[in-house]
This record gives sequence, C-alpha cells and structure tokens, in this order.
Amino acid sequence: MRIRGKAFKFPDNIDTDVIIPARYLVYQDPKILAKFAFESIRKDFYKETKKNGIIVAGKNFGSGSSREHAVLAIKGLGIKCVIAKTFSRIFFRNCINLGLVAVTLKETDLIKENDILEVDVKKGLVKNITQKAEYKFNPYPDFLMQIIKKGGLLKWLTTK
Amino acid sequence: MKRPQNILEKIISLHTKETFKTGDFLLVDVDFTLANDITAPVSIKEFYKYKFKRVFNKDKIALIPDHFTPSKDIKSAENVKLMREFAKKFNITHFYEPQKCGIEHVFLPEKGLVLPSQIVIGADSHTCTYGALGSFAFGVGSTDIVFSWVTGKIWIKVPPVIKIIYQGKLKKFVTSKDVILFTLKKLSDKANYKVLEFTGTVIERMSQSQRFTLSNMATEAGAKTGLINPDKITLDFLKSIGKLNKKIEKISYMIRSDLKAEYEEIYEWDLSKLNPQVAVPFLPSNVKDVDKVKVNVDQVVIGSCTNGRLEDLMQAAQIFKKRKVNSRVRCLIFPGSPKVLLEAEKLGLIEIFLKAECVICPPTCGPCLGGHLGVLAEGEVCAATTNRNFIGRMGHKNSKVYLVNPYVAAASAVKGKITHPESI
Repeated sequence: MRIRGKAFKFPDNIDTDVIIPARYLVYQDPKILAKFAFESIRKDFYKETKKNGIIVAGKNFGSGSSREHAVLAIKGLGIKCVIAKTFSRIFFRNCINLGLVAVTLKETDLIKENDILEVDVKKGLVKNITQKAEYKFNPYPDFLMQIIKKGGLLKWLTTK
Repeated sequence: MKRPQNILEKIISLHTKETFKTGDFLLVDVDFTLANDITAPVSIKEFYKYKFKRVFNKDKIALIPDHFTPSKDIKSAENVKLMREFAKKFNITHFYEPQKCGIEHVFLPEKGLVLPSQIVIGADSHTCTYGALGSFAFGVGSTDIVFSWVTGKIWIKVPPVIKIIYQGKLKKFVTSKDVILFTLKKLSDKANYKVLEFTGTVIERMSQSQRFTLSNMATEAGAKTGLINPDKITLDFLKSIGKLNKKIEKISYMIRSDLKAEYEEIYEWDLSKLNPQVAVPFLPSNVKDVDKVKVNVDQVVIGSCTNGRLEDLMQAAQIFKKRKVNSRVRCLIFPGSPKVLLEAEKLGLIEIFLKAECVICPPTCGPCLGGHLGVLAEGEVCAATTNRNFIGRMGHKNSKVYLVNPYVAAASAVKGKITHPESI
C-alpha cells in the first residue's frame, strides 16, 4: 500500500475546531465539509489540494472534539494520508475507522511544504523524493492494518 | 495469588473473556452508547448505507439532541428529525426531545443511565465525564457508534493508567474546575492514549457534581477517560437518583483499585495553596493563576457539560446575589438539564440571575462550540465555564475564550474583566 503526494505543512496542536468549525457540522457530505476545512488558519485550502495531497503536521494533530466530520473533511479535500508527530486519540481512531492513513513520524520538521512524498504504509517508510531522504515509522499493528486494508471499520465488519 | 489490579483493568476484565495486557487490541462489550445531533446523523447515514437491519439492544442506545437545539436552522432541524425517525424505526428507548434532556453529559448521569463498572462509549469527546462514577467511559467517532449499534462491541487498545494523588484541602472559591485546569497545565497532552485515575484527600472530599467537572476535562489532556474509584459519595449520589441496589453497591466496591495496583506513572500534588485558575487562548492547558490575567470581557457564559450542574449555578448565584452584571457585558446562563433548571428555580437562583440581569438560556450546548445562542463577533472576549478555548471555538476566528470556574465567571461578569471572586 503506497501513497504519493505533495506535502502541505501544518503546525502543532491543530484541533478539530480548526480542521472543521462546529458551525459546519450540520453537514455530513465530505465535499461540502472540505470547502470549509482549515478556513480559520488557511482560507480556501480546498483550492490548493488535489488528489493525493499529504498533510504533514506537528504534535497533537486532531485534538479536541470527536467529530468524525474532521476526517470526512480531510477526505473530501482529496487527502489520502496525514503525517504528524503525534495524533490525538479519537482523531486517530476515526482515521483508522474511515480508512484514512495516519502516520506517526518523528521527523515531520524535516519535511518542507510542497516536498513530494511517497508513503509505504506496510513497510513503515516515508520517502522524501524532493529531498532524496527517507524516514522510518512503526507500521500499523496487524489489527489496525486489517481495517485500513479493507478501507475502514464498517467495510471490515461487513466483509470479514 | 492474583496480581493486584487497577480500576481500569478490573472494568475491562468484566467485559472480555480474553486475558490482556496494556497495549493489546481487544473487542470489548459495551453497556451503553450515546450520540448527539452532530454525531448521530453521520452514524445513521452510515447505518443505512451499509444496509444494517437491526440494532444490538434498543435499550442501550441513547440519541440526545443537545448541540444545536432548540434547532438553530433548517439543516440542524433536519438532523434531529433524522434521529427521531431512526429512533422510531428501531424502537430506541432513549431518544429524547430537547425539552426532556438538555446536555447529554449532565442528563445521562442524573437519569442513572450510566453506572459504575460499565463500559460506555459516546460519539462525543466529553463522554469521559462518567469516569467520575467509575465507568470506563470514553469518546469515539460516529463509525465506532455504528459498529457498536450492530455488534454491541467496541475495539480498544488497552491504555496505560496514570494515577494522580491530590493532597490537601481546596481554598475558598477553588473548585474541581481549577483542579483539572491545574492538571492540564502540568500534563499538557502527556496523557494522550492513556487513562487518568484521580485519587487523594481532595477527591475523597469532593461532591459528585464536582467530580463530573474534573473527569469531564480529562480528554483535554488527551486522556481516554478520568476515573474515580466509587465510594460513599458515589453511592449516595446513586441513591439520590433512585439507582442504588445491592448489586451496584457490591460491584462499585469490587472495581476499586487494589492497594498495590501498578501504574505507568504516579503524580502527587498538594493543592492547599491552589488559586482559581484560568486557561487562556488557545489551549486548555495554557493555564495561569486568576490574578495574572488582566483582560476585559464582552461576554460571560455559565453552563456546559463541564459546569452546568446545580452546584455550579449555586456558586455563580452566590456571587450575583445583590450585584449586577456590568453594563457592557452579556452574561448567559445555561442550566445543564431541565432538572437543573427546575431545581435552580426552586432554590431562587433564577431570580438572583434575573435580578443581576443575566440571560437565562435553555438547557443546551449553545455557544460552547460556537453553535448558537451567544456566538462571538470579531475581537470579542468571553470568560466561560466551558471546556475549550481553541481558535474560533465560540465564534469568529479572532474572538477569544478564557476558561474559568463559576465563581470567577460570575465575578468577571460583575466587574467586566477577569476577576478573583475574593476581590469583589
């Protein structure tokens, strides 16, 4: 399982209110949510992202509210993978459950905006094509890998 | 001899046949699940999309419309309608119209639907509130909720436990809100993926209402829940709501952590000198002593799943008695549930608030998450008894929220600036 894309950098402590403000939680459609994603710190972010973009953030990404809309909005942006130094607990499980790859990586500070990255989910390897560098991470434990491979928890439940 | 266990290990043991250790992945049985008018619509749409035909137990599912209710616009009204129709279709016992419930984490404990030793999951991060009853209760996503509706189970990674011992006696005007804000300052996000266990003399003296406030904000440290070992205070609370019986009493004592239980870390703090605390923007862990914060406020909000219980309103009323809200400040009071509102009325608190020129709002989450009923304009500042002060949390991205206890909130409303209640 490999994901290739351009890096979009974000700082530490990006909470779910920043990812998608509560006033938009009346919607559930990823495409609609994507239009408002990150608007308080990066207006019109949806215009920048194309298919296969990769978010690269600092520590504690996705803290705060349990709103799954945060993951839906990121998926709606066409983002296939989020790399962060650490993830907040509920956001991380929401990623797993919805089949969005979330990679915990120490070296996020080394990655620059617009770097082209290739993430090998199974091997636990991020290749920075632009900088010709490689960073290792702990691959998912088996249980989570099974869910990710199926594309999410409910797909895993209905096809196992 | 059996290895000594902490409260978390004991509760998990009651919900799986497997042996386990910290870090293991398990599927465990859930005793109760909840979702609200933001998270349930996502679950319901997924439930239909996957063509599931039945729920595991119609009595163990709560659907609580509390975030954007009374419905703030057409879309939020339609989301509640979706919940209502789903509840009807599957004969869900615990769907409540807004006038009957109020805020989920105030309502469910007062209704006795969450109890010691249970595993409770909620599609709301503040589900950890019920840790105060000795329930392994934690926030999850909407997809987890669908999974539990269908299977009666949830996947977990068994978390390590951090024990916190609070020693000493709290000063006047210092509440459990200050204890948890102080704890967040100390821990920052160190408790991510972990469970907190709150103990010590401060906890032994703390009322059940105050304990809910403490456990409520465990999630702000990244913790899965904040557990308190059930004791006489817990049982007296259960008795007061007519939920105490021999079985619950027995299991409540059974799950208490063994004396020699193991922990990942233990912190011990003396809180005798703790002052009222303020979390300044934009993190709940950016915490300072109240005297160090010199800020004028435009609005004060008293309520929420953190501080919307009767005892919280009594604290605020103590300050507002024979005083008025500063003329350039709006002070909004949100009783956490219809029961809290009724009791506040009976005790004369509502009259005190109205005479002080506060606005009495319906039991709802309201502006806490920037939903409705008191959203902030650009540049405005609010002192709130709520739980988050993130960028744009209560409205415009250039507005600010300071998190405080109910005494400080009320004193700040009177003075028009963040104020130590001692000084008025």
